[in-house]
This record gives sequence, C-alpha cells and structure tokens, in this order.
Amino acid sequence: MKLITAVIKPHRLDEVKEALQAFGVHGLTVTEASGYGRQRGHTEVYRGAEYTVDLVPKIRIEVLVEDADAEQLLEVVVKAARTGKIGDGKVWSVPVDEAVRVRTGERGPDAL
Amino acid sequence: MPPGILTLAADKAELSPADTGFMLIATALVMVMTPALAFFYGGMVRVKSVLNMLMMSFISLGLVTVLWVLYGFSLAFGTDHGSVIGFSGDYVGLSGIGLTELWDGYTIPVYVFAAFQLMFAVLTPALISGALADRVKFTAWALFVVLWATVVYFPVAHWVWGAGGWLFELGVIDFAGGTAVHINAGAAALGVIFVVGKRIGFKKDPMRPHSLPLVMLGAGLLWFGWFGFNAGSWLGNGDGVGAVAFVNTQVATGAAMLGWLAYEKLRHGSFTTLGAASGAVAGLVAITPACGSVSPLGSIAIGVIAGVLCAMAVGLKYKFGYDDSLDVVGVHLVGGVVGSLLVGFFATGGVQSDAKGLFYGGGLAQLGKQSVGVVCVLLYSLVVSYVLAKVIDLVMGFRISEDEELAGVDQAAHAETAYDYGGTGGGTALARTAAPASGPAPASGDAPAQEGAGGTAPASQAGSSAQAQGGTPGKAKKVDA
Repeated sequence: MKLITAVIKPHRLDEVKEALQAFGVHGLTVTEASGYGRQRGHTEVYRGAEYTVDLVPKIRIEVLVEDADAEQLLEVVVKAARTGKIGDGKVWSVPVDEAVRVRTGERGPDAL
Repeated sequence: MPPGILTLAADKAELSPADTGFMLIATALVMVMTPALAFFYGGMVRVKSVLNMLMMSFISLGLVTVLWVLYGFSLAFGTDHGSVIGFSGDYVGLSGIGLTELWDGYTIPVYVFAAFQLMFAVLTPALISGALADRVKFTAWALFVVLWATVVYFPVAHWVWGAGGWLFELGVIDFAGGTAVHINAGAAALGVIFVVGKRIGFKKDPMRPHSLPLVMLGAGLLWFGWFGFNAGSWLGNGDGVGAVAFVNTQVATGAAMLGWLAYEKLRHGSFTTLGAASGAVAGLVAITPACGSVSPLGSIAIGVIAGVLCAMAVGLKYKFGYDDSLDVVGVHLVGGVVGSLLVGFFATGGVQSDAKGLFYGGGLAQLGKQSVGVVCVLLYSLVVSYVLAKVIDLVMGFRISEDEELAGVDQAAHAETAYDYGGTGGGTALARTAAPASGPAPASGDAPAQEGAGGTAPASQAGSSAQAQGGTPGKAKKVDA
C-alpha cells in the first residue's frame, strides 16, 4: 500500500476530489494547511511597514491506495490540481506497512 | 471654541430652541466619536488584545463623565483664576445651574454647553490609548485617565477655550480642539510611551491589524461624528460660521485621504485601506483648529499637506525606536501641529475672527500666536504626562507581565476573548475532543469510566484539565481509560 499526500491550492480541492472519485477512490482525508514553496509568500504593507507573509493557505489531501494504483493516482491528482501558476503545490507517495479498518478489523488492501 | 468671540450681544441673547436642538444633536454626534475611535483602534491591534483596546476608549465614557460633573466642567469653564484654571462653585456637581440659564451670552442652556464639552473631555484621553496597545494594566490606565483629565485636560481646555484662559486671551485660534484635544493627546501619548516602553517583539514580530473592516467602520463613524465636533463648536450661532466649519471638515478630510493615498502609492506601491482610513483621520485632526477660519480651497491645501506629512510621520517610530503602537503621535500630534500652524497661513479673516494668515495679508502675527499655543500645550502635556505615568509605574506598575502580554491582555485584564472561531483551528478542535460534555461523541457508556478516572470532577473538567496539561489526544485518552 501507498499513502498519497497532496498539498494543493485550496480552490482546486473540488477538482481533485472529483478526479479521485472518478478514479474509484473510496475515501480521503482533507486538512486545512499552510506553508510555502520556493516562491515563498507575499508582502503586505500597513502604514508603510512591510510584513512578509510566508505561510499561505493550502489544502492537504491524504489517500491510501494499493501499490498498483499509486503511480496512476499521482498523475490524476497532478492533472486535477494544476493551474500552471506558481504555488500549485506538491504530491508525493510513501510506502505504508499496514492499514486496519476500525469497524471490522480488516487489514491490508481489504481495509482500503 | 470661541466663547469670547461673540457676534451676539451678550445681554440680548435668548434661548433658541433651534440652536439648542442642533447642539443636543451635535453633542450626541461627538459622543459617537469615542466608540468610533475604539473600533478604529480595535481593528488595528491583534486578535488577542482587541477587547482591551475597545475598553481603554470605552472606560473614558464612564470615568471622565463622572469627573466632569464633579469638578471637570468647573475647572475648565468656571470663573477664571490667574488665566490658568477655572473654578465656579455653581458648576461643582453641576449643582447650581438653572434650567434656562444660558451659556455666556449664547442662545443655548449651560447644561447643553456642559454636555457638549463633556464629550470632548471623554474623547481626548481615549485618543492616548492607541499608543499603549497590548501592554498596559487596565487599572493603571484607568488611574492615568483620571489623573490626566484632572491635571492636563481640564486646565488646557481652560487655557484654550475658557474666558480668561491665557492662550485664549493671546488670540490663539483653536476652533474645535487642534491644541486642546489633538496636540494635547498626541504629546501625552509620547510622554507615556517613554515610561511604558515597547511591546514585546516590536520591530521583530509581525503585528498586523486583525480587522481592517473594523478600522474602516471606526474611521467612517469618526468622520460622521466629527461634524458635531467641528460644526457644533460654534455653539449653534446662526451666522454661518458653523456651516463653513461643516464644509471645511468634509473638504479637508477628503483631500487628506487623497494626499495620504498618493504618498503611499508613490512610496510603497499600493493604495491601502489603512492608508485611506488614516488619511481621513489625519485630515479631520488637521482641520479641527482651522475649520472656522479658512476657506474651502484652503481646506484642500491643509488636508493634502496633513495627509502627506502624517503618512511620512508614522514611519518615525521605526526610525527612532519608540513604540507608538497605533500612531497617536504620527496622526494626532503631527496632524494637530500641522493644522494649528497652517491657521497662521490660511486664515482668511472675517469668519471666526478678523485674524488673517500669512497668505491673506496678515503677516506673521497669527502664525506666531499659533506657534506659542502649539509649543506650550505640547510641552506641558508631554512633561506632565510623563511624570504622571512615572508615578503610576512606581506605585503600581503600568505594564502587565511578560507572560500576560504574550498570552494577550484581553485574557489578563478582562477574562474574555473577542472571537470564537469554533472548529476552524486545530486547538479548537482538540478542545472539543477533550471536553466530552459539550459534544455528542462520548456515549453514555463512556461516562462512568471518566468519573472513575477523574474522581468527582465533572467529565468536562477532567477533559479540559488533560487539555491544559499537555493537550494531546493521547493524554485525553488516558483520562478516559
């Protein structure tokens, strides 16, 4: 199994969610997040005093998938989240040792 | 305020229902300025201290109102003693004033004049509080308001507006409070800052305004109330000067907003909301002393000059390293000085008084008088405010503790927080999880286990104490088990 994590622009959430559903993903976790990439944040000015706002609002999506689907799912998320502008975010996957469905106790791929 | 510059013969004045009604409305308008100021300031501070900022203005409505009745009106507008202070026994407690007794040859009752001036006395100390955001004890501030109003505001109001007051006799023009209100408050702010010191993190941490819409609302209401402040200061006399003051107030304020915004655009690249609100207030401050003696064209000039100079002045605190948190010095002191001095250039003569400014053939005489008023009020307020703050600091401490400042003065001073954004933050979500009584999550079956672990404490207390100790869900779970 793999854990796919995507940090994306908040307004792309609906597109990514729909793309994941169309792909057949049954469940996902969404978190409000904040952060910055290479471009950093932005600058605001109050009565001449400049403030650098590093952390910009982001959405973090997490999905557990079977190994075979992971590569394709990365592509799906990237395609749905992309606007082509700076700050589109990142997607990555990491191996997962075990997963358990809390209600039934099923393990591994059955738990997904 | 021009009690001595009368156009009506004192012995012929009769009570005017129209003037009286107008002045009661003007008085109510000036009252609105104090809560308006509270919102103007409140929006500019961080979330953790907005309530304290509101309260520092609001408390003045209570404290100064009572002082005014007890002795303030008497000290400011009672019979003159040595040109420095007033006192009339009839005015103590407002006890000896007849219902239909008229104010000093005007057409309005003494009670109306006393109420109108009361609102000025309430507003002025509140103005100072903007310099002290986030970091002072509420009790120390309240004590400061009482002492400052008594030792600084009441005497200075007498100097400038009271019949026999020495600046008034000198011929200093201060239509509605450039020196008595704005320079007075701005200089006091500077004096207190020297005692109180900087906020923790000044020049290092971002201290962005938490709500610019509140700032805009406050500035808009200030502008609205200022019509009572300025147009009301002719005390309802139906000779048109009040109307000129009204027009000039609007004109200078608009021009000052444009001036500030233009400076900002050139210097920093953006037309900011805070700049528009601040520019408007700077214009209101600057036109206050001048609105009864200049033309609308002169008001445009005064507004633009004040807008640009105040926009430049607010940067001084970073240069010199004093923490005038919300720019009371940069806007009120500088704006007041600019407006008061510009009277010496732009006074047209024949409106409030016959005094003409430099640009209208009056030479340097009026400018000289204005300068004396500016310097004397500035120095008196600065020095006495410093001493008062120092005494309070030695007796009870003016500042809250470092811990309290970091956590927010709202919690420390008022046991409240301004906003509850339930569910949007991680902390809030955790708090919910840890307080089972408030949510549906723990079914009735869980309750006995919690009581067993937490003794007799109610479930919600057990949960929140786990939260307070470390706050992790893991700890909360231990309590459950």
